Amino acid sequence: MADEARPAGVTATENAAGDMGEAQPVRARGLVKRYKEVLAVDHIDLNVRTGDVYGFLGPNGAGKTTTLRMALGLIMPTEGTVQLFGRDPIREGARALEGVAGFVEAPRFYPYLSARKNLELLAALDGTGAKARIAEVLQIVELSPRAEHRVGGYSHGMRQRLGIAAALLRRPRLLILDEPATGLDPAGMRDMRALIRRLADEGITVLLSSHQLPEVQELCDRVAIVDRGRVVYEGALSDLRRQGGAGYRLRSTDDTRALEVLRAQAGIEHATNGEHGLSFQADEQHVGALSLALGAAGVGILALTPELATLEDLFFRLTEGNGAQGDAVRDNGTRGGGETASIADTTGATATATADGGRSTEPHAQSSNRTGVEIR
Amino acid sequence: MSSATAAPPVAPPATAPRAIAHARRPSTLTVWRWELRKLVSQKRTYLGLGLAVLLPLIFVVVQNLRHDHGHGGSIFATQITQSGLATPVLMLEFQAYFMLPLIAALVAGDIVAAEDGNGTLKTILTRSVDRGQVLGAKTLAALTYGTTAVFLSAVVATIAGVASWGFHHITTLSGSVVSASEGLLLVFAANACYLIPLLTVACIGVLLSTATRNSTAAVVGTIGLVILLYIVQGIPGLEGIQPYLLTEQFHSWHGLLRTPTDWAPIWHSAWVCALYAIPSLFAAYLVFLRRDVAGG
Repeated sequence: MADEARPAGVTATENAAGDMGEAQPVRARGLVKRYKEVLAVDHIDLNVRTGDVYGFLGPNGAGKTTTLRMALGLIMPTEGTVQLFGRDPIREGARALEGVAGFVEAPRFYPYLSARKNLELLAALDGTGAKARIAEVLQIVELSPRAEHRVGGYSHGMRQRLGIAAALLRRPRLLILDEPATGLDPAGMRDMRALIRRLADEGITVLLSSHQLPEVQELCDRVAIVDRGRVVYEGALSDLRRQGGAGYRLRSTDDTRALEVLRAQAGIEHATNGEHGLSFQADEQHVGALSLALGAAGVGILALTPELATLEDLFFRLTEGNGAQGDAVRDNGTRGGGETASIADTTGATATATADGGRSTEPHAQSSNRTGVEIR
Repeated sequence: MSSATAAPPVAPPATAPRAIAHARRPSTLTVWRWELRKLVSQKRTYLGLGLAVLLPLIFVVVQNLRHDHGHGGSIFATQITQSGLATPVLMLEFQAYFMLPLIAALVAGDIVAAEDGNGTLKTILTRSVDRGQVLGAKTLAALTYGTTAVFLSAVVATIAGVASWGFHHITTLSGSVVSASEGLLLVFAANACYLIPLLTVACIGVLLSTATRNSTAAVVGTIGLVILLYIVQGIPGLEGIQPYLLTEQFHSWHGLLRTPTDWAPIWHSAWVCALYAIPSLFAAYLVFLRRDVAGG
């Protein structure tokens, strides 16, 4: 699997198509969805390659679910195309969904039927062989003991698991999952991740839409980050992390004086004196020069530790950062290299388009101390 | 999934795309069978069928309790106690104008919209069936339900009538007397003939169900249309369009109960109903094919 970041929108077919001698699992070009005055999806390009566990990230209302609905042929793009293994679900209908399974938003079932009956129905709609797999998939998601119970009495988590079971009936080569861990308790989330990991290990390409950053960080090797209907980054997660830049924290004998030195020193950027001490961004060469400068200024170094940006930090920079900060990471993500931006510490609200054509104003009041697993 | 690592291995993904590409996909009849199974599993399905059964039973019980059977108007009303076969004809007469269209609309108006509202439409549209197959199967299921309601009512009315007043010859609308067995055949032929306008109502219900995405709006809209046509039928000066109104076709089956059989109103009903049903289904197909499925 190629590891380099690519500019969002740059054709990757040549790279991807050759992976296993078959068409790319998901290839979207210039996808647009407009609901009257609201632009829900704005020229999105996606490149999911065979074997990827591909994270599709974005705040609520960013256009993730609308994009997935278009990918599955549930809604018509206003512009652009999407292909699954080279087939267009809008033009080719169910034929384009062969080898593809998953769900958008919460999986839905007939509440008046049992789990087994629901799966029998779906197996009948899948055709040859699916019915024979019902017991197996129920066992995989550990719903066998409740298989005869009506789905109307199922908890949210059980329905999510039944959604996975329904997807597995199709023996998918591509699994499209929209927020599969939403509403699950911590154990349920852990188990869901383990299942997705196992499916990926067995060769299934996974397109995982989520705003659970730890989930994406744990599972995905490539990501697309979408904000206000546009892809602001697409590429390898490791590249995103690297391009997020190395930050440092400094504890000194005189933080006030040290901050003056930091700000005067070449190659040191975004120096701040925060709750946990001084922080700044720089490459190693400049950090070496800084230590000498601090010594020359009579400031003792108590601790100087590197800190890599977390996915959460990067996510907020890309989706909330305004002006230079957000643009810097976007530039890094899509062009490679460039200036490193500082961690955005923004709160605010963003008006975003919703799938049903309305507009929602959702507070994005996440601070940088939100739960997140650092990429180290 | 508490111990996902201990779970059985997931079947490997198909690595032969060609094999998948040629996998046999389900037929529309398979989808239709499952639509019927869904209907059978829902309590509300039995509401309409219950009405179709209950009315003949109430009618027969009340007539058994009455001593004066002097009905005016219909030739079959005067034969209630003379032949049990008069009961299903009278019940068809009573129910043809509103009750049976209502029962047909209950399911036809709900059959697409309910799935849209519950989000299950997206579930079935991401399997191996095309949108046209899904709509075709749903339409067939709505028609099946309407047909079932009509014949269930006819069977119950016939059994109750014959049990109360015997299996005897009956006099037709033109005054000819036909044997009991021929009368029975005519009763069911008349019900079959009535299906033409009734299933047209169901087709309109499917269109409204598809277009409105709202069960209540579709059911009320379908019945509202029937009521509107009745009103138009009664407006002086509009007599010229009466033969082409859907509601006018609800009694075309009378032609079968004449001797010799009067086929003219039946053929007329067939093509007039086609003018309502075919565009409705075509419009429903176009809407369903192009619509965004974003519910649920």
